[in-house]
Amino acid sequence: MTGRLLPFRRRQASARPAGSATLGSGRASRGGPAGAAAPLPRPPDSSGAALRFRELIGPHIDAAYSLARYLARDAAAAEDIAQEALLKAFRNLETLRGPPKPWLLTIVRNAYFDWRRAGDTRTVTGPAAEVALAETPDAGQESAEARLIRHGDAQALRAAIEEVPEPFREALVLRDLEELSYREVAQITGVPIGTVMSRLARARRMLGERMGVVKEAAS
Amino acid sequence: MSACPDKELLLHALADGELDAGHAAELEAHVAGCPACAAELAEIREVKARLAATPAAYAAPASLHARLDAALAEAAAPLQRRRRLGAETWVMSGAIGALAASLALVALLPTGMSVEGQLIDAQARSLEAQHLVDVETSDRHTVKPWFNGKLDFAPPVADLAPQGYPLVGGRLDRIDGRRAAALVFRRHAHTINLFIWPGAASETPVLEHKQGYSLVRWGRGGLVFWAVSDVDPPDLLGFQKAFVAATAS
Repeated sequence: MTGRLLPFRRRQASARPAGSATLGSGRASRGGPAGAAAPLPRPPDSSGAALRFRELIGPHIDAAYSLARYLARDAAAAEDIAQEALLKAFRNLETLRGPPKPWLLTIVRNAYFDWRRAGDTRTVTGPAAEVALAETPDAGQESAEARLIRHGDAQALRAAIEEVPEPFREALVLRDLEELSYREVAQITGVPIGTVMSRLARARRMLGERMGVVKEAAS
Repeated sequence: MSACPDKELLLHALADGELDAGHAAELEAHVAGCPACAAELAEIREVKARLAATPAAYAAPASLHARLDAALAEAAAPLQRRRRLGAETWVMSGAIGALAASLALVALLPTGMSVEGQLIDAQARSLEAQHLVDVETSDRHTVKPWFNGKLDFAPPVADLAPQGYPLVGGRLDRIDGRRAAALVFRRHAHTINLFIWPGAASETPVLEHKQGYSLVRWGRGGLVFWAVSDVDPPDLLGFQKAFVAATAS
């Protein structure tokens, strides 16, 4: 790690304001981590706390869901994990120091590990690290997937990202989709910046192979 | 596609804009003369470009928003039930509630993402990571052009060595989601960070204290200035005066 790192670069992520949803039609939890629908302990000033929550956390609800989705690789599980994490964030909002997004995503990540530990394996396809990179295309021939990605097909790109094993996928999602700095990714994943850098490099190489950008990773 | 082994990770950092100006220039010079590293860098940029071109991040489904709203409403519900005890009390506490809500909005500024907090954070970060400056020089004619093309405004730069505040250099920082210029000055053994970004503020300097730091803010010519340091407040106000005097003209 020789480079000094700048904390300044961060484009606005694709966060969408929360607020389109209606009140009161919450459907029962599907037995997510630690019973996602458990009643919230009431903070001293509930309405103020809810306001504060919407102000600080509201803009990052999409990011919370997206990270949960890429970690769990399952829509229903991601929703449970994200909800659990968001409620945890609500209950612990007074412990927030600094920017809310890395703080929230740390909670999402922990909620994901809780969920995995709880052994809810109905929908997981097995430990992520075991997923092999399938069918490398013949040299000089673009795979169908690579062609779709090149044409901006979000589903193909998402599938390709999901094929990147952990912990490399996580680094890629936090850095390239959520636009977090190396420092923030290190903070969220609890590893040194150098580790973040090598994970990111591997993730991009694997994704690049699927995209047909990186030709051959012989070494 | 095999970059120099010691350069591979740095090529990613370069593509990510995570290297400071000095290291970036050094690496770019190497890449210019090393086809393997150049090829690797091009691949990294291509992967990043394809990732950026297609929105791969997921948006939270409406059902998650609904579940969240319901849970939050439930958290607030017991309070509202208590209020329904009598119409008058309800109206009264409703008004108080509204007041409390607006107070909460104001109160959240200093704890959450307040500009002051971010500035102190940036100051602390600059000292910790030894990422004090991207461009290190006491020559304002070097610092000023360095910001060209990195910012959409031209921060005034002055060396205040004669007044006891020598200019150390400048760097880019990010405050409140936008790019800011940070000028770094010394005062004896202390560091003063001066953050500058476009905005409106009164020309009268305002002094604040927070977490052991002093902050002075003022406005001038469509720019907002915040000086942050652990020097004594009179020193920081002296700095403010000196800077304004030196950049007026």
